[in-house]
Amino acid sequence: MVPRPWRVVRVRRETHDTKTLELEPTEPLSFPFQPGQFNMLYVFGIGEVPISISGDPQEPHRLVHTVRAVGAVTRALCSLKRGDVVGVRGPFGSAWPVEEAEGHDVVIVAGGIGLAPLRPALHHVLANRGKYGNVVLLYGARTPRDLLYRKELERWRGRFDLQVEVTVDSAGEGWYGHVGVVTTLIPRADFDPAETVAWVCGPEIMMRFTVQALRERGVSPEDVYISMERNMKCAVGFCGHCQFGPEFVCKDGPVFRFAEIERFFRVREV
Amino acid sequence: MTAAKDLLAGHPFFRDLDERYLELIAGCGRNVKYNAGEYIFREGDVSDAFYLIRYGRVALEVHVPGRGPVVIETLNEGDVLSWSWLVPPYRKQFDARALTLVRALAFDGECILKKCEEDPRLGYELLRRFIQLVGRRLQATRMQILDVFGQGK
Amino acid sequence: MRLDLDLRATGQHVIDRGDFHVLFKALRRRGYQVVGPRVRDGAIVYDALDSVDDLPQGWTDEQDAGHYRLKRREDPALFGYVVGPHSWKKFLFPPHLRLWRARRNGDDPGFEVQPEPLPDTKYAFLGVRSCELHALFVQDRVFLGEKHADPVYKALRERAFLVAVNCTQAGGTCFCVSMRTGPKAQGGFDLALTEVLDGERHYFVVEVGSERGREVLQDVPHREASPQEVAQAEERVKQAEGQMGRTLDTRGIKELLYRNLEHPRWDEVAQRCLSCANCTMVCPTCFCSTVEDVTDLKGETAERVRRWDSCFSLEFSYLHGGSLRRSVKSRYRQWMTHKLATWIDQFGTSGCVGCGRCITWCPVGIDITEELRAIRESDGLTRGGGEEA
Repeated sequence: MVPRPWRVVRVRRETHDTKTLELEPTEPLSFPFQPGQFNMLYVFGIGEVPISISGDPQEPHRLVHTVRAVGAVTRALCSLKRGDVVGVRGPFGSAWPVEEAEGHDVVIVAGGIGLAPLRPALHHVLANRGKYGNVVLLYGARTPRDLLYRKELERWRGRFDLQVEVTVDSAGEGWYGHVGVVTTLIPRADFDPAETVAWVCGPEIMMRFTVQALRERGVSPEDVYISMERNMKCAVGFCGHCQFGPEFVCKDGPVFRFAEIERFFRVREV
Repeated sequence: MTAAKDLLAGHPFFRDLDERYLELIAGCGRNVKYNAGEYIFREGDVSDAFYLIRYGRVALEVHVPGRGPVVIETLNEGDVLSWSWLVPPYRKQFDARALTLVRALAFDGECILKKCEEDPRLGYELLRRFIQLVGRRLQATRMQILDVFGQGK
Repeated sequence: MRLDLDLRATGQHVIDRGDFHVLFKALRRRGYQVVGPRVRDGAIVYDALDSVDDLPQGWTDEQDAGHYRLKRREDPALFGYVVGPHSWKKFLFPPHLRLWRARRNGDDPGFEVQPEPLPDTKYAFLGVRSCELHALFVQDRVFLGEKHADPVYKALRERAFLVAVNCTQAGGTCFCVSMRTGPKAQGGFDLALTEVLDGERHYFVVEVGSERGREVLQDVPHREASPQEVAQAEERVKQAEGQMGRTLDTRGIKELLYRNLEHPRWDEVAQRCLSCANCTMVCPTCFCSTVEDVTDLKGETAERVRRWDSCFSLEFSYLHGGSLRRSVKSRYRQWMTHKLATWIDQFGTSGCVGCGRCITWCPVGIDITEELRAIRESDGLTRGGGEEA
């Protein structure tokens, strides 16, 4: 229950307000995690926040976290330099059901920073590519400058066994890609709705419309998973902050089968 | 235009439309091609056609003085472009510019509208489909306005 | 650890009022710190007790929605009140608790975290009501989960010695009968007392609930209870059962609330609710907490402190940029549906034990039993609009 120190070994600037930190333990330690899980990251004296794990699950000796500076703690995380130390508690929470999805088409829909918790899942799928049908990544961001993992996206786009579609809400000159919200990509993605598992992460409103668009194409809410975000203090179901109806997002989630939480997802201010 | 008719029959926009209507619509169509950078139409033009994009990408733009063209949305293969031909004042609302080489079927608005006048059932079927299209675009636009990926709520 | 609810009390004994002070000695000799009811600031609160003289002898409490008053009794009963604003959770789940400290070494960006030592206090809770025993079982399910257990709660809970007191009168806001949590303690205690005042006689009928309880009783002068004494005690508890100030119909309660999340009654109660969080502070099962991370001025040492929190505060649901539960309505709904409905999904039990504290201590007298009744009576009602007559 107490944070363990990890050292920042690399800082990558993703966008004007988002950075990716790579961490190594200060003493030898293996850190197995499942795609979709999160850690509590602590900045000395400032505080602790839940941040999803964005690294490759095949590399348990290094932690990768993509952090967007929106509050005091995340701002402090984003100003860390190589050699600094952060406290880590975790991993916590549920995972994308990567094994259950074997034999099916996989549609990954990400909005904004929502790509961060999906990245380990995509890594897993690509490492086990033969076990899945069609694999599609649909990614929406605010502008071209807000795209995460740009180099990797370009690499993924170059693969023959992966459909990658990227769209932005607003584009300036020099952008030849899609413009429009991420839901507009769903009708043109190549998958068989009856045999598809969809993993969705982004702002709640984006997930709401995404589930609707998937449903219009014939994907059942039983086969749609979303990752939720809530205020969290303890990460083990004690502090009560992350309650979402009967669920504790920290331990029952953050990844939920949509059909199971749909009832509360539709209620405002739950 | 049997090729056009087959294309329409397999397109989700025209799903479940009577054979004879497909033929009527196909009869008003012609193949068009635009090179990257060319305008398919411009804001304020008389709207006398709609397009079914067969290949390439089209940007719907609005020109903002001082900012140049701002892309509102991009349309791609399989998308239907333009609905302003259907209702007064029959004017294009945006610029439509080919971002890549674009091949499309262009349908003559006047030709189809005349057939709708003669057969209100066809008019109803088409209006129903275009309203759905407009609704979807409106919802997407609202989501863009919400700026869901922006800071704060 | 989970207390055995089925642990049936065996044999009945009697301790005379004149020997009652020996119980304190017996507990103290075993290293227990006795905590229990005493009068302070016009209320009966739970605090450390030095002797039997600290107990609220001759006091009772008058309770109703938004109303609490201490009154003199006509007899010298020690436990002649119901429950006050405190509950035992403040001992096992301290309102303010340091979790760990961290120290930085000079210019090295690293730091070392030192967990706080676990407490070794042995509490003896004197005067635990049946509803409060149930509240402890409810919090056990929260804090002693299979995957994660709160180490502080666990350490204190395992050591605590529980002297239950059966209620011989009910308060104006009590509804333990509806929640099937009282008034008689059914198990999970070490000793259970029923106080009997019968003319000149004043004694306690004692049930033993554990081996520990039996050992403590050995050190206190007692004798076997006569059938008449047992009957006297039972009659008084029976009497309390008939005096419940409130009732709450729990039939299908979870689904009732789940299907009425948009009921207009939430708007009505929000007009009155001050969002003051009193109900969550006095509730014996509410368990929400927050943490504060602080440093010394030099920035060399840091610590994390946990303190009680409430779902009624705006910050509680803060998520980058704003509060998710902005309206008072959504916060009241969260509290009440958690207590009565989602708790059942989470922990297999209701989060309400019918103690009535939230009703008594609400400054505007909002009554959870009345709110539920209002929803039940207009089940399925939705907001505004409709056909014009």
